[in-house]
Amino acid sequence: MNIIVCVKQVPDTLEVNVNEDTNTLIREGVDGVINPFDLYAIEEGLRLREQYGGIVTALSMGPGQAIATLREALSIGVDNAVLLTDVLFAGADTLATSYALAKGVEKIGHFDLVICGRQAIDGDTAQVGPALAERLGVPHVSCVIRVCEVTDGCIITERMTEEGTEQIKLSLPALITLPKGINEPRFPSLKGKIGAIRSEIAVWGAQSIAADASKIGLKGSPTRVIKISTPEHHRQAEMLEGTVAEQVTALLSKLRQAEIL
Amino acid sequence: MSIRVVVERCIGCKLCVEACPFGAITVTKRLAQIDMAKCNLCGACVSACKEFKAIELNHEETQTTDKSKHRGIWVFAEQRDGKIAKVTFELLSKGKELAHEIAEPLCAILLGDQIAKAARDLICFGADKVYLAQSPQLKVFLEDTYTEVISGLIKEHRPNIVLFGATAIGRSLAPRVASRLKTGLTADCTGLEIDPESKDLLQRRPVFGGNLMATILCPNHRPQMATVRPKVFKMAQHDELRVGKIIKYDYKQQSLTQRAELLAVVREVTEAANLAQADIIVSAGRCLGDAKNFKIIEELARVLGGAVGASRAAVDAGWVPYSHQVGQTGKTVRPKLYIACGIRGAIQHLVGMQYSEIIVAINKDQKAPIFNMADYGIVGDVLEVVPALTKEIKSIRAEEERSPVVSGIEETFLVC
Repeated sequence: MNIIVCVKQVPDTLEVNVNEDTNTLIREGVDGVINPFDLYAIEEGLRLREQYGGIVTALSMGPGQAIATLREALSIGVDNAVLLTDVLFAGADTLATSYALAKGVEKIGHFDLVICGRQAIDGDTAQVGPALAERLGVPHVSCVIRVCEVTDGCIITERMTEEGTEQIKLSLPALITLPKGINEPRFPSLKGKIGAIRSEIAVWGAQSIAADASKIGLKGSPTRVIKISTPEHHRQAEMLEGTVAEQVTALLSKLRQAEIL
Repeated sequence: MSIRVVVERCIGCKLCVEACPFGAITVTKRLAQIDMAKCNLCGACVSACKEFKAIELNHEETQTTDKSKHRGIWVFAEQRDGKIAKVTFELLSKGKELAHEIAEPLCAILLGDQIAKAARDLICFGADKVYLAQSPQLKVFLEDTYTEVISGLIKEHRPNIVLFGATAIGRSLAPRVASRLKTGLTADCTGLEIDPESKDLLQRRPVFGGNLMATILCPNHRPQMATVRPKVFKMAQHDELRVGKIIKYDYKQQSLTQRAELLAVVREVTEAANLAQADIIVSAGRCLGDAKNFKIIEELARVLGGAVGASRAAVDAGWVPYSHQVGQTGKTVRPKLYIACGIRGAIQHLVGMQYSEIIVAINKDQKAPIFNMADYGIVGDVLEVVPALTKEIKSIRAEEERSPVVSGIEETFLVC
């Protein structure tokens, strides 16, 4: 089974703070890490390989430093890694990203399954997976919480919905996206880390994947971010003073006025 | 597309450095330099440099759609077992406002089997037209079939704007449709407005974990597409007498692929679903101190008939399951009453509960940011205030049971 896992390098947003004077993100010293969702995607790929055999290839698009993310994927255990990097890819929205990734997948060649993390924690769109499936012309299921089995050229999955779960069978090749927590991602082994240093990572530009320049990067992106601002919060609390008993009484009277109690 | 610093205009003031959300600009020798490896071409620096016009972002627009040929605002009517999801009505209500502003019709698209009755509801909630596709094959949602029908309808009727709920269905379907139509899609919007000049849709959404808000446009492609989280917009009133048109879509079964099949459905009302629908939510954060203290939160929620929420800190500490998490990476809620107990008010949490009607914050630290987001604030120890509150409400409830007569009496009781 040939599996391609899409990974993205994201800033370690847990460490991101806003500078209150300038209202901008403080990004000094913030390292790039593998998008946490993608760790589950890698783990699922490795488990499927262990069960059904085959090759797992990690694919990423990003600036040159994203190669560190692919090294990490290799040290965890993927067989091959490919980085799509080119200044022409910069400013891509989800449509342009899915196009470039699809061209990358095409160049990798035959695949049975593409696995993506459901979303990247920086953009939080959850759009690239489904959009990539459409570009590749394969069926997809989003938010898969369990891969039940692969059989007869089909994959049986369980997806999470607001009202429970659904079991869905897809014919291969197909694409699935995974939320966090569906498995326990393994850590890189020492052997894996050493192997990762020696492994070669394919680095492909726009030309080498034969990408149409009008469909990649900002040029290929229908959406434009026209403004970035800090969120506004309008409320200013009326402070309820006094002893605990007085505070409680005051609050209950307010809630009564608002007809909530 | 390209960005450049106009050397002769740049004075090295660093306004752009502060504005750049990606940390891509540095100033050396009084000249701004952009690191293209970090630059995302978002244009924040261009806006910051309005006065000097020293940074230029060139959009070379190639592919342009004739916008005048696209009319109407469409809402995807999500249904399960023939029951329309609430977010659909919320979108119709917002869609109505937008439609009014640009003087275009509001339409709903409904796919399913034997659901003509639900189509009527969509009209009562604001739709002028309902495109209705019915077939046993459309009874359940599958990405392939729904994408095919919806893309077909959009190509035929050319709407200007198409909105989806940011639900399990919407978030899987919308990107596939947008990708097929090669148009833009903005995820998880929390604000939609019409730009007064261009009449384009201004789409606002939180980015970087809610630390920043981005305004996004889809200037040259149609339709403009967006997903919107449930509970962000308010539902309109149901109007029994509203008239509208139901247009049956000629569904061609053979055009649909058979690559996916729904084998089984397990319905369970999850805590997450309870939380999303609750009128009252009592939520706790890290300042609660210990998992065992969660009992007092559950107890207050119980006497109020509400649900229990939590900040990410409380979930990460393992005190409650993820399904209770409110915020950017959890649920967006819009209860009538939200009581934040021992939650400091990180922006990631605020974006998930800011639409609550009344917000009460209880926190030891009077400088906690949550007080800037609350209607009523109590500075105090959660472990004292919450049990006191619970006790008082219990005694009111007991009083009510003993004398279930006039509400005036209860009020006097409260005021004393």
